[in-house]
Amino acid sequence: MVKLSVSNLQIRYSGTTALEGVNFDIQEHEIFGIIGPANAGKTSFLKAVNRMDMFDPDMRVDGKIVFNDVDVAKIRNVYGLRRRIGVVFPLPVGLPLSIYDNVALAPRLGGQKNKAELDIIVERCLTRAALWDEVKDRLTSLGSMLSGGQQQRLTIARALSQEPELLMLDEFSIAVDPVTTMRIEDVLKELRKEVTIILVTNLVQQARRLADRTAFFLEGRCVEVGVTEDLFTGEVQDQRTRDYVEGRFG
Amino acid sequence: MFEATELNRRNDTRQKLFKLGLGTMTGLLILPVILILTTLIYKGAPVISFEFLFTGPTKGMTAGGIFPALLGTILLVLVALLASVPLGIAAAIYLSEYAADNWFTRAINLAIINLAGVPSIVHALFGVGAFVIFFKFGTSILAASLTLAIMTLPVVIVATRESLQAVPMAFREACWNMGATRWQTIRRVVLPNAITGILTGVILEVSRTSGETAPIMFTGAAFFLPLLPQGVFDQTMALSLHLFVVSTQVPNMPEHLPFGVALVLISIVLLMNSLSIALRMYLRGKKKW
Repeated sequence: MVKLSVSNLQIRYSGTTALEGVNFDIQEHEIFGIIGPANAGKTSFLKAVNRMDMFDPDMRVDGKIVFNDVDVAKIRNVYGLRRRIGVVFPLPVGLPLSIYDNVALAPRLGGQKNKAELDIIVERCLTRAALWDEVKDRLTSLGSMLSGGQQQRLTIARALSQEPELLMLDEFSIAVDPVTTMRIEDVLKELRKEVTIILVTNLVQQARRLADRTAFFLEGRCVEVGVTEDLFTGEVQDQRTRDYVEGRFG
Repeated sequence: MFEATELNRRNDTRQKLFKLGLGTMTGLLILPVILILTTLIYKGAPVISFEFLFTGPTKGMTAGGIFPALLGTILLVLVALLASVPLGIAAAIYLSEYAADNWFTRAINLAIINLAGVPSIVHALFGVGAFVIFFKFGTSILAASLTLAIMTLPVVIVATRESLQAVPMAFREACWNMGATRWQTIRRVVLPNAITGILTGVILEVSRTSGETAPIMFTGAAFFLPLLPQGVFDQTMALSLHLFVVSTQVPNMPEHLPFGVALVLISIVLLMNSLSIALRMYLRGKKKW
């Protein structure tokens, strides 16, 4: 089943094109990688998916993004859309709330007030994000005081607390040590059974380890989409993709 | 290999000279503060007593205490706060969290800055025209407090807006991405982290308001009143105006009395400032990111 379908997407900031010519479908329970150098339009793409362009008056999105068979541009209740899409940023954002409140925030925003229910959600999400054992004895201490790697897992737990159908990770490992990165990657492999994942990454090998299919963005264009392994074994149509995955530029 | 060259020595001498010069300037800066305080304490302290603080003036104000003026100042500040704090914080939240960055918002910001620059006597005349005459509040606590409120509104707005903008944008974006509305984000993440700065701004406003004279002397503060005010539509005495009166308007004034009044007034201001600094230090210790 197609989870997210993108056609003729074009994103501009104050008239300057940041991304155009994007056409692909993302299947349910797929890990879909997006690789490419800086300024390729990767983050802009994620912002367009969950309608964050609303908060950026300079940003203009044309074309079509269809999520669950609904055109996101036509969704009036954008809050409902965003609740179904979890986002993890490059730099971990532990909100200055307790660890518990960080994870309970999304359910609370959704109207959940029952303490017992919240307890269950918090434990489940922290466990799935591989953080529970480290923080279970200090759930009341501040989330923003955790180490970078822990905060990033907290962010993932927070995204999971939304019970998202789609999880979008934007270069999540940039501020995380290699050990934590591998732990999070294991978490993602588990999660794919339940959610669809878009993995934007600057680490080509990370895409290779995780993604079923991968898109290569370059200078505001989607150059190529293919089964990830093909990109590395030479089954590519475009020379630029080969150069990038082999580290000849970018 | 580490011997000082001629250039090293010259640079070193120069830097010592500058350190000395800048330090002297700083010393000169605090000299007036020390002089004012010591004079006030030396000359004013003898008259400070329980009776001085809690009884009214007698014998044409040349004897007795300052209770009506003290109470009046507290009332004026309280009513002014009730008006300016909700209004100022609401406006600041709108400007910082909702308003788009366009010519209209910029015009409003400009207006706020200009409002802060209006001389207090002009505020006083505005207060007379608007509150005393047009709204028919008469010369009253209400009219005087509203005049003070308008005068201190820019302080509240600017302090609040700066505290709000000190909260990192990433916190808001994380919240929005979770499907929170702007208001949910403000309520749950932005305000709890900005409240310390807002409180500091409000306390500083108190200290400034309590010393103002011009805005209240035509709008609600009286030269002398035999009775305490019974409500916000009564006039009141106030410390700042009382100080002016006992210093310049009453013959045969005992020398220590005006200093006593000044000491009480400056004590209120200093107390408020210290409270604000203490609060800021306490809350900075609890800073969450």
